[in-house]
Amino acid sequence: MSELFEDGNALAGPAGEIFAVDITSATTRCVSCGRADAVAALRVYRHAPGLVARCPGCDAVVLKLVRGRDAAWLDLTGTSSLRIPLPEG
Amino acid sequence: MVRGRLAWRVGRLAEVRDETPTARTLVLDVPGWPGHLAGQHVDLRLTAEDGYRTTRTYSLAAPADGDRIAITVQRVPGGEVSPYLTEVFAVGDPVELRGPVGGWFVWRPTAPDPVLLVAGGAGIVPLMAMIRARRAAGSRAPVKLLYSVRTPADVYYAGELRRPEPGLDVTVVYTRKAPADWPGEPHRIGIADVNTAGWPAEFAPQCFVCGPTGFVETMADVLVALGHDPRRVKTERFGPSGS
Ligand SMILES: Cc1cc2nc3c(=O)[nH]c(=O)nc-3n(C[C@H](O)[C@H](O)[C@H](O)COP(=O)(O)OP(=O)(O)OC[C@H]3O[C@@H](n4cnc5c(N)ncnc54)[C@H](O)[C@@H]3O)c2cc1C
Ligand SMILES: [Zn+2]
Repeated sequence: MSELFEDGNALAGPAGEIFAVDITSATTRCVSCGRADAVAALRVYRHAPGLVARCPGCDAVVLKLVRGRDAAWLDLTGTSSLRIPLPEG
Repeated sequence: MVRGRLAWRVGRLAEVRDETPTARTLVLDVPGWPGHLAGQHVDLRLTAEDGYRTTRTYSLAAPADGDRIAITVQRVPGGEVSPYLTEVFAVGDPVELRGPVGGWFVWRPTAPDPVLLVAGGAGIVPLMAMIRARRAAGSRAPVKLLYSVRTPADVYYAGELRRPEPGLDVTVVYTRKAPADWPGEPHRIGIADVNTAGWPAEFAPQCFVCGPTGFVETMADVLVALGHDPRRVKTERFGPSGS
């Protein structure tokens, strides 16, 4: 019936293993169409053992995250930039 | 939000409350819990005897009470994890979890803007956390909740939502069977419901929409069609659903 995806909110835990900041509130820009979205608004598909996040505008893969036994593998080929909100430090 | 690298910790089931015949609130004791914002979630990890592991995400249902947190799980028939959590997991049992996580789908009680909460089924969970956080903080932000359920028996937190609360308007829409005194026929939430129960777009409310993927897509489209700024419409999808 409805599409088999979750949204970028589901990346918060897996990405939290890697980053000290929450990247779901970061703004990502899609390489293929230029659209900017919150990471939380991406469409996330679970392809075991990884997570594939697609652009809600053009459906291109923006980010892939695979957690292996002793490493995490993050592919950002589809992302031209990530803007991460950071409080003044 | 800057914090240390996220790690797994062990929580223990302290208390259960049945919300509906298919949904149960689990109160967990998590030593050293750092606190959280309304709308954040936790990942739960289960390990089978043969070492097989699986992880699922659950929204926090209420502000933390010291080291105590609450989630509400809906049993998905044939599901791997939710039938275990709602039927087998017993008081005293341990579970691995990590969190709180998620910094985007969150509401802060210091925000004065009007709020529209749109929930489908279990999507009420993080929105209830917002309602409870508002109460706990004594916030005056005016909140409207539009809640879609199949039947009256499917309303989570029913007693609490029925109690009048200044500045909180609750509208329930029934999709399959309505109470006898409900005006109208059971139907899926549409543009008219959102228009009547929500805020005019000119009020620039913060909108939070949560539920099954299809429900969330439809509601986000309706809000944007009604003139709401897409940047003020935040969504959280709980995954596939046939509802
Ligand atoms: C950010 C986030 C927050 C969430 N918060 C909550 C919460 O507060 N409470 C809660 O109950 N769930 C919540 N979920 C959903 C939860 O993570 C699980 O997906 C759900 O409990 C089903 O897991 P399962 O192992 O029982 O089913 P699976 O074994 O994963 O799936 C079994 C079958 O059910 C279908 N299915 C999967 N998920 C759902 C669903 N949510 N509804 C209907 N059918 C489904 C699958 O397509 C499959 O056919 C949340 C999900 C996300 C991404
Ligand atoms: Zn794109």
